[in-house]
Amino acid sequence: MTAMTMAKALNTGLRRAMEQDSKVILFGEDIGRLGGVFRITDGLQKDFGEHRVMDAPLAESGIVGAAVGLAMRGYRPVVEIQFDGFVYPAFDQIVSQVAKMHRRTEGTVRMPIVIRIPYGGGIGAVEHHSESPEAYFAHTAGLRVLTPGDPQAAFVTIQQAIACDDPVVYFEPKRRYWDKGDVDEGLDARDRQRVPDPWQARVVKAGDDVTVACYGPMVRTCLEAARASSDASLEVIDLQSLSPLDIETLVASVERTGRLVVVHEASANVGIGAEIAARVTERCFYSLEAPVLRVTGFDIPYPASRLEEHFLPDLDRVLDAVDRAMAY
Amino acid sequence: MSDGIRAGAAIQLLSPEGERVSNTHYDISLGDAELRDLYRDMVLVRRIDTEATALQRQGELGLWASSLGQEAAQVGSARCLRPGDFAFPTYREHGVTWSRGIKPLEFLAMFRGVTNGGWDPIERGCAIYTIVIGNQALHGAGYAMGIQLDDSDDAVIAYFGDGATDEGDVNEAFVFGSVFNAPVVFFCQNNQWAISQPRERRSRAPIHERAAGFGFPGVLVDGNDILAVMAVTREALDRARTGGGPTLVEAYTYRMAAHTTSDDPTRYRRAEELEIWRLRDPIERLKVFLARQGIADRHYFDQIEQEADELAVHVRDGVRSMPEPEATSMFDHVYAESHTLLEEQRRHLHEYEASFVPGGSA
Ligand SMILES: Cc1ncc(C[n+]2csc(CCOP(=O)(O)OP(=O)(O)O)c2C)c(N)n1
Ligand SMILES: [Mg+2]
Repeated sequence: MTAMTMAKALNTGLRRAMEQDSKVILFGEDIGRLGGVFRITDGLQKDFGEHRVMDAPLAESGIVGAAVGLAMRGYRPVVEIQFDGFVYPAFDQIVSQVAKMHRRTEGTVRMPIVIRIPYGGGIGAVEHHSESPEAYFAHTAGLRVLTPGDPQAAFVTIQQAIACDDPVVYFEPKRRYWDKGDVDEGLDARDRQRVPDPWQARVVKAGDDVTVACYGPMVRTCLEAARASSDASLEVIDLQSLSPLDIETLVASVERTGRLVVVHEASANVGIGAEIAARVTERCFYSLEAPVLRVTGFDIPYPASRLEEHFLPDLDRVLDAVDRAMAY
Repeated sequence: MSDGIRAGAAIQLLSPEGERVSNTHYDISLGDAELRDLYRDMVLVRRIDTEATALQRQGELGLWASSLGQEAAQVGSARCLRPGDFAFPTYREHGVTWSRGIKPLEFLAMFRGVTNGGWDPIERGCAIYTIVIGNQALHGAGYAMGIQLDDSDDAVIAYFGDGATDEGDVNEAFVFGSVFNAPVVFFCQNNQWAISQPRERRSRAPIHERAAGFGFPGVLVDGNDILAVMAVTREALDRARTGGGPTLVEAYTYRMAAHTTSDDPTRYRRAEELEIWRLRDPIERLKVFLARQGIADRHYFDQIEQEADELAVHVRDGVRSMPEPEATSMFDHVYAESHTLLEEQRRHLHEYEASFVPGGSA
């Protein structure tokens, strides 16, 4: 085990994937010499060369569109979108082509593309640098959506995403980039016996009274809430895969606790929480002691940075929802 | 691609040494008062920039995108606008917003993080800053189409950087401007860098040459020569006003500072580059010209220096004492008319936060 930041874990995972498969290439704005604005690709161009770590023109539709062509030619492109708010120029390519190509070609053409996107708020950034657009992608059939909750998950899942033959939109919780955690570097991400299935949710803290489902930046927040909760014992589940959703793990937990709180930074309206509430209610109607509650960002554009602490779910808001669930 | 300035390809009316040079096609004659005023504007904009950078370091601003070195391109081009014209800036055009009469505290507010806007674009003839690269170029084309539908002789200037010319939006703006023969000037500040990506990575052809392919003129101008920038922009705006359609101006300049206060340029560019461009400083060259021509003397320069000092104090104090927005104000203006679900969330937030205040209602 090595203690490392999530940023370093991603960098190490990318390096490992590139060493194991020469078809893995990285493509994105400022990812070469600069190593990306968050330094996730730091040193990779130096070690693997400019033909495998390519600085792309400043054009997101171009980046993803070119990745489609590269994938058709047998490469496994891992593209970086610089910030969440800049993925939209590529939305057309992602939704119309990346997501549908396998189906449209009747299974003959695969799209093993990973679209890495730093996402979420909490870093005091200017507009368009703090968004949580994951629901748009989870809504789109043909795309898989992953987001790591800690450095170990980041190290393993980035490699699993690259190895996956489906396109994966990989959301990196940017405000957790600098959080440290233990990473088992000796673990071979291809070893299915030893590494967890990336599409399965993880129970990161067991508990009895309330299930708290979260992902990405909110995993740490919810673990802190679980630690702070004196009256109720919380079971914290890191969803990790937002599409497909692992409903089984949630159902198993809610059947025991009878209460579910879903936490995400993204707005509530038509979001991941709504999907989970509907599915869990269908499956666990007779076990539920309270309605499924959501703790989310409000249904407004991400606010100016000096207001973001009022917008983002925090420990207190999670515990407030826990109290409400317990009071039913 | 060779350096456009050294190759002598760029329109220039004032050499880096402050000598007036002649050009067969472009010329400009300005009164002494206006020349002094141009100098004043550039010095004041630079001082705001210096102060803003310091304020960011002190934690008073979340971020700052410096305009250092680009004052002539920005002030010179925006100076050519009439009140009824419209400017579409990126996030770096502080010389443009200043010239449109936007107050420093208005354009610093976004960088402090108290608003995503800062002023009324319609009233001021200047859009709010746009961060998503290239978006505003299309807005410029569309606004110009509106001017045309109104049978007006107003015009638009849309700003963007060299990096932005990669984006679909900018190229689509060229198509719209061209097809509708819209009264828009596309003003590209080629400051040699798009974060870590140098000019050479943009395109094999110089940016201004791209205009030909879209069917309108493109001009390369020394962006650190305020007289040349004005001469070229004026002509482009006149063309737009008189039904001649778009022009692409490539102002050749240099980003003297880091990309933003979050950036570390030592990772990707050499310090010597900065030395070369220091010799081409836009303010210094106008100053030398003014002094040599006897248009301004030491007394004048001292006076401007003092005005800049006072402005710096105003900016510093003003930023520090900017009122904090109310938490529930984030629900304002999401729609022209709010709706029940949203108002419930606003009320909920208000009550929830009040429950933490001793004596507050829960
Ligand atoms: C659509 C989009 N992609 C990426 C970014 C991140 N970004 C901000 S500025 C910048 C470089 C812009 O370069 P240029 O157009 O030359 O303008 P400059 O910053 O040099 O003034 C990038 C990539 C963005 N703001 N918008
Ligand atoms: Mg640039």
